[in-house]
Amino acid sequence: MSAPSRTLAADILEATGINAATCYQCGKCSAGCPMASESDLRPHNVMRLVMQDRREAALADESIWLCLTCETCSARCPNACDPARVIDAVREMSIEAGVADMPRNVAAFHRAFLEQIRTNGRLHEMGLVLEYKLRSGDLIKDVTNAPGMLSRGKLSFRAARIEGVAEIKRIFEKCGVTP
Amino acid sequence: MTNVAYYPGCSLHGTSREFDESLRAVAAELGIGLTEIADWSCCGASSGHTTDHLLGVALPARNLALAEAQGFDTVVAPCAACYNRMSAARLAIATEDGLAEQIPDILGHPFANSVHVHNAVELLHDASTIIEEKVAAALAPNPLEGVKLAAYYGCLLVRPFEVCGYDDPEQPTSMDDVINACGADDVDWDMKVECCGGAFSVSRTKSVLRLGRAIIDNARAHGAEAIIVACPLCHSNLDLRQKAMAQRGEEPMPILFVTQMVGLALGLAPVDLGLGRHFVDTEPLIARLVQQAAERVAAEKLAKEEAAAKAAARAEKQKVGAAAGTSGGAEGGEAQ
Repeated sequence: MSAPSRTLAADILEATGINAATCYQCGKCSAGCPMASESDLRPHNVMRLVMQDRREAALADESIWLCLTCETCSARCPNACDPARVIDAVREMSIEAGVADMPRNVAAFHRAFLEQIRTNGRLHEMGLVLEYKLRSGDLIKDVTNAPGMLSRGKLSFRAARIEGVAEIKRIFEKCGVTP
Repeated sequence: MTNVAYYPGCSLHGTSREFDESLRAVAAELGIGLTEIADWSCCGASSGHTTDHLLGVALPARNLALAEAQGFDTVVAPCAACYNRMSAARLAIATEDGLAEQIPDILGHPFANSVHVHNAVELLHDASTIIEEKVAAALAPNPLEGVKLAAYYGCLLVRPFEVCGYDDPEQPTSMDDVINACGADDVDWDMKVECCGGAFSVSRTKSVLRLGRAIIDNARAHGAEAIIVACPLCHSNLDLRQKAMAQRGEEPMPILFVTQMVGLALGLAPVDLGLGRHFVDTEPLIARLVQQAAERVAAEKLAKEEAAAKAAARAEKQKVGAAAGTSGGAEGGEAQ
């Protein structure tokens, strides 16, 4: 990672308007985090790394990809630091910096999801699962659920494509996102 | 009749068809007109805003712009994820520098950000007086009378507060109010706003099983007979994944959409509410509730008849007593 001239805290401030230095490390965010038990970095740790300008430690850790974006941390922060928004921004920077240690499955899911939207305008759930399987290599999982889903009318083989698909492609281009 | 724009979102056209079916059935019953937004597109869900902030705003904004162009000032988005993303987009465009000008350019359409976003719980909460009246006027006994139900809000209906803002983010009560409007009793429990694992259902199932089990165990421990949800992700994580969670031989916990619950209280047929589409069979619960309700009504009727018979007997006795009283005075005199 090339060393940017600005601090991580300054980048976060610009991207989100949040001053990480207002976090006083009470840990209430992490106490309520549903993924705390599975993550090395918990929300208050990420806030601390931002404050300390430890860019690589924050951006390259797997934990930021285990965030469910449930927003419990931000709802409970007594000083309105909004850790969820900070983690969102750290994730974006992590992708830009090319250091994202996204678990293969999670990355595959997000890419498959966005690709479905870009090509059809809507999510075709069967298509999502098939594309996810190809991207993640996780071919066997959940196959046993498929007959149950079909018999309950919850899966369709046909993808619904909207008329304004060109508008969706335009949105992805204008936002600079290629799944 | 209220008429609002309806944004079903991808799940309600696929894995959560029953949420769409039950919402339409209940709205028709309550006199709420739903007009599906023509050519709506996916809101991007977590994958959108997790990947790129601007994309996470622009994708839902397209649907708000369509609703606006189609002449609506309110859109109902029953899926909690769609509701959350659309509300967040509306707020971001209203408050973040430059977005109000940038978004119409990205969309290629004019957009004044004039459309309000409501979720299904808000819609039903606003209609709770009508629900109470309709439930009271229904011919069939209300199967939900006195039944203990746990209102599960999860994340996206209440958080972040700046985005949702219609209910308390830690101790919400709107869905509990709808439960009460249906004649059922809300359960006081601990996991109302805990996360079910959301979008990790497919990519990190073990986390979803851990979180879901804690939610279902807590509802059960507090006496809930079913969990009521208003989010397709919560539903599939608690319903479809429940079989993989159950390890201690417990009774399965039925997971009902809030619209299905209202439909049952209004006397609609389970099949019209899509109740057959769940993985945790709802049939035993509904059969038991219908029977309980019939027995309760029969018992009430019997009690009323008995009370009436007693009153009649008492009146008869008094009449006889009164008649005897006139002659009885003389008899009494004789006895003395």
